[in-house]
Amino acid sequence: MVQAEERQESISGQIEKSPTGIVGVDEITSGGLPEGRPTLVCGGAGSGKTLLAMEFLVRGATQFNEPGVFMAFEETAEELTKNVASLGFKVEQLSAANKILIDHVRVERSEIEETGEYDLEGLFIRLGHAIDTIGAKRVVLDTIETLFVGLSNVMIVRAELRRLFRWLKDKGMTTIVTAEQGTGTLTRQGLEEYVSDCVIFLDHRVSSQISTRRFRIVKYRGSTHGTNEFPFLIGKDGISVLPITSLALKHEVSEERISSGIPRLDGMLGGKGYFRGSTILLSGTAGTGKTSIAGHFVEAACRRGEKALFFAFEEAAAQIMRNLRSVGIDLKPWIEAGLLRIQSDRPTLYGLEAHLAAMHKMIGEFKPDVVVIDPISNLNQAGIAPDVKAVLTRIMDYLKANHITCLCTSLTSAGVVLEQTEVGISSLADTWLLLRDIELGGERNRGMYILKSRGMAHSNQIREFLLTDHGVDLVPVYVGPSGVLTGSARLTQEAQERVEKLTRQQEIERRRLSLERKRRALEAQMEAQRAEFEAEEGELKKIVEQNQLLEANLQGQREAMARSRKADGEASGG
Amino acid sequence: MSERSAKTANDESWELRLYVAGHTPKSIAAFDNLKKICEEQIPGKYHIEVIDLVKNPQLASGDQILAIPTLVRKLPPPLKKIIGDLSNTVRVLVGLDLRPKSEGE
Repeated sequence: MVQAEERQESISGQIEKSPTGIVGVDEITSGGLPEGRPTLVCGGAGSGKTLLAMEFLVRGATQFNEPGVFMAFEETAEELTKNVASLGFKVEQLSAANKILIDHVRVERSEIEETGEYDLEGLFIRLGHAIDTIGAKRVVLDTIETLFVGLSNVMIVRAELRRLFRWLKDKGMTTIVTAEQGTGTLTRQGLEEYVSDCVIFLDHRVSSQISTRRFRIVKYRGSTHGTNEFPFLIGKDGISVLPITSLALKHEVSEERISSGIPRLDGMLGGKGYFRGSTILLSGTAGTGKTSIAGHFVEAACRRGEKALFFAFEEAAAQIMRNLRSVGIDLKPWIEAGLLRIQSDRPTLYGLEAHLAAMHKMIGEFKPDVVVIDPISNLNQAGIAPDVKAVLTRIMDYLKANHITCLCTSLTSAGVVLEQTEVGISSLADTWLLLRDIELGGERNRGMYILKSRGMAHSNQIREFLLTDHGVDLVPVYVGPSGVLTGSARLTQEAQERVEKLTRQQEIERRRLSLERKRRALEAQMEAQRAEFEAEEGELKKIVEQNQLLEANLQGQREAMARSRKADGEASGG
Repeated sequence: MSERSAKTANDESWELRLYVAGHTPKSIAAFDNLKKICEEQIPGKYHIEVIDLVKNPQLASGDQILAIPTLVRKLPPPLKKIIGDLSNTVRVLVGLDLRPKSEGE
């Protein structure tokens, strides 16, 4: 009967929702808990049920102006206030302001003798009185199952609980009922039978010694909801649930390019660098300079005035800064300027999902433009491989959707195919840079190439990668007849080439000089010959002149002779 | 034990509080049953206070009242609680730490 009635309600129109104000919960439930109806929150011991319920009340009182009544069956008001104070909930003040009323209900079986018929009207009256006192809109019953322990007549308890939930519904109270998880059932006493509108299951699982809290909506009548398990965190300001898988693959893409911080690497990437909002994977074996490249990327972002968030799973913040300073990258000013935050955590600090939740939360708070995760492969320690991949997919999707450029480093173990990352996320990466050792001539050098870069023309060359005291430098490797040469082999080869070049130049110079000499000799010879020729010519001229003179003289003499002979003029002409 | 409880029953005054919620059949039955038991066991030494929670809801939390009707033995100490309509006389006597008079004599 009751169920049929409820179904009728849910069919008629969209159900109203009461926002919880808890990070992520409203997203998963698309708006909050069903307004004016009871919600069952079940889970094992220590799974965070009481906390969730308390946060629901506190946020209701502070954010939505909806006062709430907390009926505590397990803890006293003082204990409860103290317990949640560590999470920043100032219940005492809220109680004083009549925003929250905590009523401790003590049910002690040893104190109670049962004789004959009874009902739980006393509980109804107490609750009703509490609700009326502060004008409550929200109610928490934590944990009402205690009644089953305290009272022996289960029949009465069951009937009264059914009546209680009906009554709360009629009063329009948005209620959270908490219940302990049973073996093989959601709740020990089968409360899900009574509270059928919304059931939330909290799980606290430990696998490989690492615990992860998970949040799941088992059902939500009359509403769409996420059905997955969502990891959640109990942080210093309450619960935050991570609704990442709700994202679809429909994020906008950017045409904007941002620098990698290494000019020659930008050159390799079509001259402009990475796409904004893309995912860059940097994989390589130990000591290939992954963190240094990440450092350049972060520094470049800060230089542009953007915010950068560096998740370090291997080194402490101070250590990273020291090490990067040795290659000429000083991050300290950026941290001081508030543009950079380095978050160092051991991967085993908490479960993978909790890491994800923590990262998610921090990204939400800090709102970075670029994020570095160094290295993602270390997260393997916090979970098993398929989980790691799922988690990374989520975080990358989240970053992409928010146009945050993400650079992940991944440590490849020696002996494994290099084109394979430990966590198998290569398909998620838009740009994949591979750093590799090139062993040659008794030394180990670093090489880098771009394995892929979606949506841009990129260099196919292997570059030698040098860590200098002014940062990372990329130089072309020597590709010669004897193969790829790097390091000192490259230097030797280069020196040899320089010598050869010099020799060749000297040879040319020598030849040029000798030719010059020859030309000079030839010119000299030509000069001599010309001189000789000129001399001869001059001589000839002289002879001609002498001859003319001679002839002139002869003529003169002849005339003179004729004159002297006093021959007649006429005769002289003959 | 039996001696002491008999002595208690005979010498001390009894202060009993019966919590009810309106004039329901159960409440009325409980009051009638209680009155009958007291008259039989501790005549003249008892005082019954009936508290109607419908009229005074704020009194419910003081004695941690959940079930209705609830009988609370305020005096003599220790505090005892009996819930139900008190129809099972033997259990009421056990609950109140009273030794039936018929057996005691």
